[in-house]
Amino acid sequence: MSSTAGAPTGGDVLKAPNVIEYPFSRTTGPVIGAFMTGMREGIIVGIKGADGRVIVPPQEYDPVTAEELTEIVEVGDAGVVTTWCWVNEPLTDQPLDRPFAWAMIRLDGADTDLVHAVDTDGDQAVMATGMRVKARWLPARPADVDTEADGGTSAGSDDSGYRVGHILDIACFEPEGVPE
Amino acid sequence: MRDVAVVSFAQTHHAREVSDINEVEMLMPLMGEALAGSGIPKDRIDFVCSASSDYLAGQPFSFVMSLDAFGPWPPISESHVDMDGAWALYEAWVKMQMGKTDVALIYAYGKSSPGDIRRVLSRQMDPYTVGPLWLDPVSMAALQARVGLEAGTFTVEQMAEVVARNRRAGATNPYAQLGGEVDPAALLAEPEFVAPLRKHDCPPITDGAAVVVIAAGDAARELSDRPAWIRGIDHRIEAHALGLRDLTRSVSTEQAAARAGVADGPVDLAELHAPFSHQELIIGDALGLADGVDVNPSGGPLCANPIMTAGLIRIGEAATRISRGGGDRAVAHATSGPCLQQNLVCVLEGE
Amino acid sequence: MSDVTLPASLQGVEPVKSIRTPARLDYVYTAGRASSRFLHNVANKRLVGQRCPVCHKVYVPPRGSCPTDGVPTEEDVELAHTGTVTSFCVVNVAFMGTLMEIPYVGALILLDGSDIPIMHLIQEVPYDQVHSGMRVEAVWVPDDEIGPTLESIRHFRPNGEPDASFESYKDNA
Repeated sequence: MSSTAGAPTGGDVLKAPNVIEYPFSRTTGPVIGAFMTGMREGIIVGIKGADGRVIVPPQEYDPVTAEELTEIVEVGDAGVVTTWCWVNEPLTDQPLDRPFAWAMIRLDGADTDLVHAVDTDGDQAVMATGMRVKARWLPARPADVDTEADGGTSAGSDDSGYRVGHILDIACFEPEGVPE
Repeated sequence: MRDVAVVSFAQTHHAREVSDINEVEMLMPLMGEALAGSGIPKDRIDFVCSASSDYLAGQPFSFVMSLDAFGPWPPISESHVDMDGAWALYEAWVKMQMGKTDVALIYAYGKSSPGDIRRVLSRQMDPYTVGPLWLDPVSMAALQARVGLEAGTFTVEQMAEVVARNRRAGATNPYAQLGGEVDPAALLAEPEFVAPLRKHDCPPITDGAAVVVIAAGDAARELSDRPAWIRGIDHRIEAHALGLRDLTRSVSTEQAAARAGVADGPVDLAELHAPFSHQELIIGDALGLADGVDVNPSGGPLCANPIMTAGLIRIGEAATRISRGGGDRAVAHATSGPCLQQNLVCVLEGE
Repeated sequence: MSDVTLPASLQGVEPVKSIRTPARLDYVYTAGRASSRFLHNVANKRLVGQRCPVCHKVYVPPRGSCPTDGVPTEEDVELAHTGTVTSFCVVNVAFMGTLMEIPYVGALILLDGSDIPIMHLIQEVPYDQVHSGMRVEAVWVPDDEIGPTLESIRHFRPNGEPDASFESYKDNA
């Protein structure tokens, strides 16, 4: 963590800008690691829960029984919106900088919902519970682009524009059937 | 079990921005009000427990400095939780059950004005698959509200009624930030903010603090003419990921309510820490409150929502009404985490 | 932890083992009343502490409260620009952001008239001659550079007075 304090400004009570930055890298462990590896490969994976349901994103332990979970399974990269909300004024760092929807998405083959952004070109009327959406992936990193610059397997949202193994390798979801 | 009661409560006049004073300066008058103002000598306090989050104001380890407001010398027995103050009170209550503590002071503070509270609170989410999206608490609450609306669990009209009732009550609370008569129909004519939520469905952004003193047995009777006895207190937590939970109900509140004994007697009033209008409907259902219960006579978090503090204020508000004879049995509720992940229920009674 | 089993599509590919999750949060820091008043006084080349009405100790920089008694401190007390070194350290390790040449001396200095030492630098004396009890004085930056910051005092230096007795600062040693 680093912190930067700016110069104080006037008035009786002094105030100053104070910026806190957390330049964290996080180890994933094998379960979240599998999910992130999938991101980089352009596929979405979940994990089989103790009762057989498929949990996406995968969890290390069953949310009900706390049993250790190990069976990673692939699910679809498209699914159904189970709830959504409409953001007229996106906050800094959110996936889109124009009006968009957040949605909980039941991916094909999954039994729980993934949260992500849905881009409808700013049109709220397109959004509906039950609509189908599909992932809009970043492109794979071409073989001739250096992968060692960021440590190779130490992936992250690196602004390269390519998939690196990060939740934002899916830029957002979009209504299914939108032409490429 | 030892009998433990709330014997004193003080809170700030909550405001959108209190920028001329720091946290210590905000807390100190409250300490005086809760102790000297209630005739409680400071040396009777044998445990201090505080609640705050350094992320709010961007001041790492600010909680160690906030102790200056109490005066920790000679060294005191102290603890801190990075949760709402209601959980600090729970820790003090547990310590009293161990028998070593007779009088405890709990304080909580939250200044949301120094940062962008929606961005700050997005940091509470799973840092791998949700944190990088900067999904904020208003958006999460909106996702929850739509699930409930489309499932028929509640309606937008009921949500507007919740807002109108809390605002009306807030007008009678000198510490509240918002209050006044509003027409539910007019509320529904307002534009959506993060659809389906309108701005009034969301809590105000608040700077504020609160102090509660609890005491065991005879100490409570000595320090208060009518202590508000904690007859039951419990908290339960659910899975963090929104996709793993039924967002239309609060199972953790149902369980905490059962363990705290909410249904063991009639409830006169309830103070619910439901920051968003639809959440009050979910929590009310989970507690099994009857129709005649006076819900949020203080105006609740829809009229003042100091983060890390608003739950403790619910206990303080309910206890104050008991102590002043405004009721015999009250339920106070506090929540923490996204979309009601964790919930605490406290039953208070007069003698 | 037991090994996970992977679907065919992830077998044989390089696993991702860590991710980057940088975050930046912007705040406005408020000094509060007591610290602001102190810093405004510094901008006027004055060092003003506050006295506790209960234990009568004088705190500098004042925080607006007495950490012992938990009561507001409201009485201003103007302090000398001289004081006594109560403890010090010799810094031999450079760290990011430092502007100082090593070794240099950081010291606790009990300003005359106060009951709590402030932290500052000792300069204009070989580092190995600095000692507890040494009498020092503030060296201010030029008047046109003075502002509401403790950096308005460039450093402290020996003022030539004989050492203070241990008795005079033993409560802060």
